[in-house]
Amino acid sequence: MDMFNAIVQVLDSTIRLSVPLLLACLAGLYSERAGIFDIGLEGKMLVGAFAGASAAAVFHSALIGLGTAILISVAFALVHGFASITHRGNQIVSGVAINFIAAGSTIILGQAWFQQGGRTPALQPGERFEAITWPGAEAIRDVPIIGPIYAELISGHSILVYFAFAMVPFTWWVLFRTRFGLRMRAVGENPAAVDTAGISVAWLRYRALICTGILTGVAGAYLSMVQNGGFVKDMTAGKGYIALAALIFAKWKPVNAMFACLLFGFLDAASIRLQGSPLPLVGKVPAQFMQALPYVLTVILLAGFIGKAIPPRAGGVPYVKER
Amino acid sequence: MSTPYAKLPAWADYGLIPLINLSVAFIVAGFVVMLVGENPFRAAVILVEGAFGRGTGIAFTLFYATTFIFTGLSVAVAAHCSLFNIGTEGQAYIGGLGIALVCLSFDSVLPWWVIFPIAIVAAAAFGALWGLIPAYLQAKRGSHIVITTIMFNFIAASTMVYLLVGALKPAGSQAPQTRNFLAGAELPKLNWVIELFGAKIRSAPLNICFLLALVMAFLVWLLIWRTRLGYEMRTYGHSPKAARYAGISETRIIITAMMISGALAGMMALNPVMGDQHNVAIDFVSGAGYVGIAVALMGRLHPVGIVLAAILFGMLYQGGAELAFEMPAISRDMIVIIQGLVILFAGALEHMFRPYIQALFASVSPKSVGMQAVKGTGA
Repeated sequence: MDMFNAIVQVLDSTIRLSVPLLLACLAGLYSERAGIFDIGLEGKMLVGAFAGASAAAVFHSALIGLGTAILISVAFALVHGFASITHRGNQIVSGVAINFIAAGSTIILGQAWFQQGGRTPALQPGERFEAITWPGAEAIRDVPIIGPIYAELISGHSILVYFAFAMVPFTWWVLFRTRFGLRMRAVGENPAAVDTAGISVAWLRYRALICTGILTGVAGAYLSMVQNGGFVKDMTAGKGYIALAALIFAKWKPVNAMFACLLFGFLDAASIRLQGSPLPLVGKVPAQFMQALPYVLTVILLAGFIGKAIPPRAGGVPYVKER
Repeated sequence: MSTPYAKLPAWADYGLIPLINLSVAFIVAGFVVMLVGENPFRAAVILVEGAFGRGTGIAFTLFYATTFIFTGLSVAVAAHCSLFNIGTEGQAYIGGLGIALVCLSFDSVLPWWVIFPIAIVAAAAFGALWGLIPAYLQAKRGSHIVITTIMFNFIAASTMVYLLVGALKPAGSQAPQTRNFLAGAELPKLNWVIELFGAKIRSAPLNICFLLALVMAFLVWLLIWRTRLGYEMRTYGHSPKAARYAGISETRIIITAMMISGALAGMMALNPVMGDQHNVAIDFVSGAGYVGIAVALMGRLHPVGIVLAAILFGMLYQGGAELAFEMPAISRDMIVIIQGLVILFAGALEHMFRPYIQALFASVSPKSVGMQAVKGTGA
C-alpha cells in the first residue's frame, strides 16, 4: 500500500509539474503550426509570471493577475510578430531577443517596484488560485485504490490545471475541426496557397501568435500564482525550452503534446522523488541524468531514431507576397 | 525576394544603419531606466566613466571584451554558413572541461607557456566536438540545428554539474568547482600595457587571451574571405542549392563550419578559467555564449565589427557593474535588457529603418541608391 501511495504522489506531482510545460507547449503549437518558430516561449512565460504575480499582489485579485499576465504575454508575442511577420526578421533572433528582454526586465522592474531582491510580494489567499476540492473527495479518500486516485490525482488542483488539460481537446478541435485551424495549418505549410485563396497570411499568423501569447500568459500565471506564491527571478528555469522539446517530441500534435509533457513532467517528479536513492535494476541514477533526459530524448527523436519529427514546412521562413 | 532592398552606399549599410538600430535599442533601454525612476543620461555617464574612466575600468572592459570576441566569432562563423549556432554557451562550457583536464594534469610540472598551447588545443577540441554532434545531425539526419544546439546547451550544463559535484571536485570540498590551479596554469596579465599609457591598475584580470582573441579575429577574416573553405561556406550560406550544384559537399561544409564555430566557443573558456578564476566552476560561462549572438549580429558578422561590438559589450558589463553601485535600482541585469534590445533591433528588426533611409537617400540623390525611385518600400 505504501508503494501505491508513493506512485499516486509521484503522479500527482507529475500533473502539477507538467501543467506549465503543457500550456507552453500548446502555445508553441499554435505559432509553429502557423509557420512562426518561437523560441521565445521561455521569455513570454517569464513576463507572464511576473506580470501576474505583480498585478495580483497590487490589486489583491487572482483574476486581475491572470488577466495582466495574459495581456503582457500577448504584448510580447506581438513584438515577436512585428519583427518576424511585418518586418520579416529572423524568427530565431527575435525569440532570443524576447527571452533576454524578459529575463532582464522582470528582475529590474521587480526590484524597482517591490524592493525584495527581484521577488514580488508573497501572495495572500484570494490573490492566488486555490485548489478546488471535488465533491466527495474527502469522503472517499479512505477507499482503497479509487479513493487516493480521486482525491489526489483528480481532485485538489487549481482551476488552471483543469484549464490546461481542457486546452488539449480544445486545441485539437480548433486545429482540425475549424476553418481557422485549417487555414492556420495551411499557412504553416504553404502560405502562398493561403494567400492565393485571398486570405491574409500576416493576419492569420498574428492571430496564431495571440493564441500563443494567451497560453504562455496562463503558463506564467500558473508558475507564479499556483505553484509558487509569488514571482522569483528566472522562475521559468528553462521550462520554455523543455516545452519546445516536448512540442517536437509530440510532432506538433496536441494530444501527443499532452503525453510528451506528462512524460517530461514525470521525469522531473521522479528525479525530485528519488533524490539519489537507488532504483531497482539500474542502481543509483544521478539527478543530472534525469534532468538532461528530456533534452537527450528530443535529440534522439530529432535524429530520426525513434520516428521522424517533420516540422511545418514553412516554419521559420518569412512570407513574401510577390517574387 | 527579387529586389528586397535597393543598394545603399557602403558607409550607410555598414555604418549608418547599425548605428541607428543601436541608438534605438539604447533609447528604449533609456525608457526602462526612466521607468525605474532614474535619470538615463546620468546612467549613461556613469556607465561610460566606469568602463573607460580609470585604468582598472579599461582593463576590465577589455577582459570582458575578450570573452565576447571569442563567442561572437563563434556565432559569426556558423552564421556565414547560414547555421544559427545557439550552442556557443554549451560549447564554451565543455571547452572549460578540456582546459580543466589539461590544467589539473600538468599544472604542477609544466610552465604556463607549455600548458597554454595544450589548453588552447584541448579547449578548441572539446568545443568542436560538442559542435560536431548537432552538425552531424543537421547534415545527415536533417534535425534543426537551432533546436539541437539548445538541447546540447542543457545537456552540457547537466554534464558539467555532474562532473563538478562529482569527479572533478576535490575530496572534502563543498563548493562545486575544481581545485584552484597552480601557478603553472595561470596566464600572464596584460595590465602593464595599459599602465604604459600612464593609467594605474589595481588588479584586473586582463590577460594574454586578449591577444589570442585578436589573432583569432584575424584568422576568421582570413578564413571567411581569403580561403577556399570560407568561400564555400559563404556560398552554402547564400544558397545551399547553388553550393550543391557547384559540387560543394553539404555534409563536409556544415560539419567543418560547426566545428570551427565550436572550437572558437571552446577557446572562450581560456579567458575566465586560466586568466581570471584559475578554476572551473559551475556556470562560469554565465551567458557569454548568448552575448556572442548579440555581438555577432551587431558586428554584422565581420571580425572588425565583432571586435568593436565586443568592446561595446565589455563596456556595458564593466560600466554596468559600476552603475549597480551608484544606482541601487539598476542592477547588472540592465545589461541583459540592453543585450535583448540590441538583438531585437540590430538582429530581428535590422531592416525596419532601411526603407525610410532608402527613401531619404533616394530623395536627396537618387544615384546613390542606384535606382530612380523607391516605390512600394512599405515592406
